[in-house]
Amino acid sequence: MTGTLAGLPMRAASALPTLAAVGVQRTAWLMLVFPLAGALVLLLGGRRTNRFGHVVGVAMPFASFVVAVITFVAMLGYPASQRARDVHMFTWISVGGFHVDAGLLVDQLSISFALLITGVGSLIHLFAVGYMSHDPDRRRFFGYMNLFVAAMLLLVLADNYLLMYAGWEGVGLASYLLIGFWQYKPSAAAAAKKAFVVNRVGVAGFSVAIMLMFATFGTVTYTGVFGQASSAGRGTATALGLLLLLGACAKSAQVPLQSWLLDAMEGPTPVSALIHAATMVTAGVYLIVRSAPIFNLSMTARLAVTVVGAVTLLFGAIIGCAKDDIKKALAGSTMSQIGYMVLAAGLGPAGYVFAIAHLIVHGFFKAGLFLGAGAVKHEMNDEVDMRRFGGLRVVMPITAATFTIGWLAIIGVWPFSGFFTKDPIIAAAFAKGGISGALLGSAAMIGAGITAFYMTRVLLMTFTGHRRWEPDAHPHEVPPVMTSPMIVLAIGAAGAGAFLMLGNRFVDFLSPVTGAPPASRGLITPVSGATLALVVLGAVIAWAMYGRREIPVTAPAARFPVVAARKDLYGDAVNEAVFMRPGQWLTRLSVYFDNRGVDGLVNTLAATVGGSSGRLRRVQTGFVRSYALSMLVGAVLLVGVLLLVRI
Amino acid sequence: MIPGDYVALAVILFVIGAVGVLIRRNAMVIFMCIELMLNAVNLAFVAFARLHGTIDGQVIAFFVMVVAAAEVVVGLAILMAIFRSRRSASVDDANLLKY
Repeated sequence: MTGTLAGLPMRAASALPTLAAVGVQRTAWLMLVFPLAGALVLLLGGRRTNRFGHVVGVAMPFASFVVAVITFVAMLGYPASQRARDVHMFTWISVGGFHVDAGLLVDQLSISFALLITGVGSLIHLFAVGYMSHDPDRRRFFGYMNLFVAAMLLLVLADNYLLMYAGWEGVGLASYLLIGFWQYKPSAAAAAKKAFVVNRVGVAGFSVAIMLMFATFGTVTYTGVFGQASSAGRGTATALGLLLLLGACAKSAQVPLQSWLLDAMEGPTPVSALIHAATMVTAGVYLIVRSAPIFNLSMTARLAVTVVGAVTLLFGAIIGCAKDDIKKALAGSTMSQIGYMVLAAGLGPAGYVFAIAHLIVHGFFKAGLFLGAGAVKHEMNDEVDMRRFGGLRVVMPITAATFTIGWLAIIGVWPFSGFFTKDPIIAAAFAKGGISGALLGSAAMIGAGITAFYMTRVLLMTFTGHRRWEPDAHPHEVPPVMTSPMIVLAIGAAGAGAFLMLGNRFVDFLSPVTGAPPASRGLITPVSGATLALVVLGAVIAWAMYGRREIPVTAPAARFPVVAARKDLYGDAVNEAVFMRPGQWLTRLSVYFDNRGVDGLVNTLAATVGGSSGRLRRVQTGFVRSYALSMLVGAVLLVGVLLLVRI
Repeated sequence: MIPGDYVALAVILFVIGAVGVLIRRNAMVIFMCIELMLNAVNLAFVAFARLHGTIDGQVIAFFVMVVAAAEVVVGLAILMAIFRSRRSASVDDANLLKY
């Protein structure tokens, strides 16, 4: 199916038939089973598994990774048009006309995610062995992490929306449990609750979308929905697209549902690296790209996606500039980078591949940066204030080196990864054409400059300059169990972009699923030149402000833009003003109505009966003669009535 | 004899009894007044029986006497008990059973 929709050249996606899996791919479900088994053993086994818990916790994702690699290699043996394979597991729901099979869809898109999740996930699990070594609850931690890996794999491998929803809720649960892992800290407990509540908003959109699919198409499988999507009309496609976008916004911390991600940094750092940087928060991007046939039908939905992406990429970048907490600065950066992916996904077939490519390399460099931050935090007695770091390059050379590679990758310096994946997004945004294309492209380009500024700031404040440590801090290089994952991730951060994007390797691999973008116009274009200039400018400004000058230990007083950015650009204030306060008013109104209205009616009735019977009681005076008089009066009246009636 | 006179006498006796019950405080006198009312009724029964030439009214009068005797026995026993405990036969004093 080739066509033009509103001037955009596009090759529609997922029109390919899905074949049943054969050979080794039939065991793809083992990918889910290993981490799920790990979670069950560690969480149900209790204290008995404390001794070997971390070994199981690391082995299971690694086993999944091996299965994923085998599945991937088997896939490469098929021709491009036959690579989407369905692994039927069992009939899940069969009620009347509603029939859902639990099946896995192994195609180019899902296997890319599976490799990222299990690969980066295994490395982060390994890092966590060292990072959590002093925590008495390390076994429980690995149980939750394995649960997360299993749920995330279910999310990306499911072959229908309902099963994906199960994974979607599973990762939400794991995220909740891990953000609140140190639940004795009130801030961690509150952050976990906040993440959960914000995700309810998104899940509402996602679940309504699934209901709408069932009502319109009578099925929730990808093949069924995408096959009939074009017949449903543009209104339905727009509604589905916007509802799915709402789900994606909450999971991927996009404006306006972004506020939970910064607080989510209360969780242990490996959690921040795996869930809140590399994998779970990218689930929204996966949802949009997976639903490409729906979004391809609706310009409105795609425009909404691009606007959300562009706003968030600037929003996150600005927040990242002002944070002194190293993890929160990186969290702002994560928001911003996912904003790029969402922007790319909103550009339609011209951007899907770049969104996923950027997602994968982001998984490498952001996980590496977070692990670096975790290593620093681990050695600095859990200090996260960058104003208390400085000069760590000397005592932690490996961490500093890997962090530097991650920095080069994220700001997009040739030949590091970010250059190959971020520049095509910016170029594709400009190529969209019209005013919206120019605006989106400029936003993405300015975002690149801001990214360079805040990442350089983080690097300089942490690893260079004078030592502004607390007196009792004695940092050393972390043990090999923690440095080795960082080194592997740094290699990925350095090389993955070039590996994927040079020679169109990833574009050709993924385009049967997502549709192919128009051919690129070489590496060096005016857009990439301007971007690189902005990046250098941002880095130089950061050096002038933080490299050359002495950094005060306490944050100096600041004026408007900095104050706003330090307060997350008033994200929480907006939530309070728009949702929390009116919600409280509404509850107060309901309470008032209940007290005065409902209870008032009942209470008035009861008080009336009580009061009148209290008054009537006074008739019982205890004076026998008054009773006698009333009897007499009554008898006389009775006789009188009888006489009257007879007449 | 005119039956109407007996009925009139019965009415007068009944009114005297009723007024006595309402205005006197002494339980003993109230009892006597109740007896007066009962006997006024008996008189009316007998007078009407004679008037209609049937025997029903006379039979009822005997029943009333029996019931009145029983009532007096029980009533006087209660009166004795109250008088013993409170040293008073006034019905206005026995007013504890109230709101």
